[in-house]
Amino acid sequence: MPSDQPLLSLRVVFLRQFLRHGRSIMTSPADVANPLLFFFMVITLFPLGLGPDPTTLAALSPGILWVVALLASLMVSAKLFASDFEDGSLEQLALAPYPLAVTALAEISAQWLATGFLLALLSPLFGVMLGLPDEGLLTLSVSLLLGTVCLTLIGALGSALTVSIRRGGLLLSLLIIPLNVPVLIFGTTAVREAVLGGNPESWLALLGGLALGSLVVAPLAIGAALRVSLDS
Amino acid sequence: MLLEVTQVAIERGDRRLLSDVDLSVSGGEIWQLVGANGVGKTSLLRGLAGVARLGVTGEIRHAGAFLYLGHASALKSSLSPVDNLRWHPASDVTASVGQICEALAAVNLAGYEYRPVGSLSAGQQRRVALARLLLSDAPLWLLDEPFTALDVAGCEWLEGCVRRHVNAGGATVFTSHQPSRFGPLQQDLDLGRYAV
Repeated sequence: MPSDQPLLSLRVVFLRQFLRHGRSIMTSPADVANPLLFFFMVITLFPLGLGPDPTTLAALSPGILWVVALLASLMVSAKLFASDFEDGSLEQLALAPYPLAVTALAEISAQWLATGFLLALLSPLFGVMLGLPDEGLLTLSVSLLLGTVCLTLIGALGSALTVSIRRGGLLLSLLIIPLNVPVLIFGTTAVREAVLGGNPESWLALLGGLALGSLVVAPLAIGAALRVSLDS
Repeated sequence: MLLEVTQVAIERGDRRLLSDVDLSVSGGEIWQLVGANGVGKTSLLRGLAGVARLGVTGEIRHAGAFLYLGHASALKSSLSPVDNLRWHPASDVTASVGQICEALAAVNLAGYEYRPVGSLSAGQQRRVALARLLLSDAPLWLLDEPFTALDVAGCEWLEGCVRRHVNAGGATVFTSHQPSRFGPLQQDLDLGRYAV
């Protein structure tokens, strides 16, 4: 929108949108608790299904923890932009004289802090519940910290592409699960290496690279995808 | 001239709704887009605002800032009116709490400043959205069905608000099924004539 007034700096715009979205997340704590509760429930069910043998659980736990984290992030990302699209906020954001990439990244950051970041912080607790050996706990937390950044951004891209489609849930999963596969592989391998006394750092470095790469590329793609969604 | 539209055509999907729409809006003018349901009033307004770009061909030139209020209110239902109005993403205007409370009082919502918007009625939510008109200094207003859900007093308030805006040199383009609310002050653009 053309305007005579001086534009706010992108940093201020980012911060305002971040606070606005953060405030609206805080007012519905159920949305924050849901993925964590899902994670907790699945983790408690696995020992019941697999039997309480610590060696079996320890061997399987890196994979289980990461797959559940991936599914939890899928749950969140499916509705990331849905409310913005329905209530018309997205239209107004698209009319704003700022790149959609910046405002979308602000919302994604707030969302990540409320879900991915919390999940990574609490993950050692879940790891202990699944009998993950102590050496793997820190790596699990760090790998999820980096991994959820990728998962959230990829999920946001899927959500941006499918937000205008009614019941786009299945399409969304089809779109983003293949993109999530490398993240899953690097993450589980890092935790497994840590448990076996190997070298998790190189895998964590790969995850970090993926996270930085998606932080640069994904917002631009998300901004473009949101515009496409508004056009239809 | 605040808005200059030449030879604009609107397509939705593979269907052409309107073609060769010409319109020029200057300060002091009120334009109502009229036409039957489905003729393309909302599509044209979204095209004029630049929300939808796909399927809009022709030239649309804005000479200044504008405020677009769509069907959807762009309000977060979990936030209070004050939090909702504090920053409007599509304009740089950051309103102070004092200004917001003043605007809310003007739309007869004093006392509701800090309740979640989701707990208000449809008409009250509409009033919160319309309070943006008072907080914006954009000369051109593009309003999609602004009278929907408003009671008689609300409609009268909005009418006065638009009149004041236009008297101060602004302009308004709106869609509505209510015939000629503004009498001789308004001009109608009958989209039926441009329908394909």
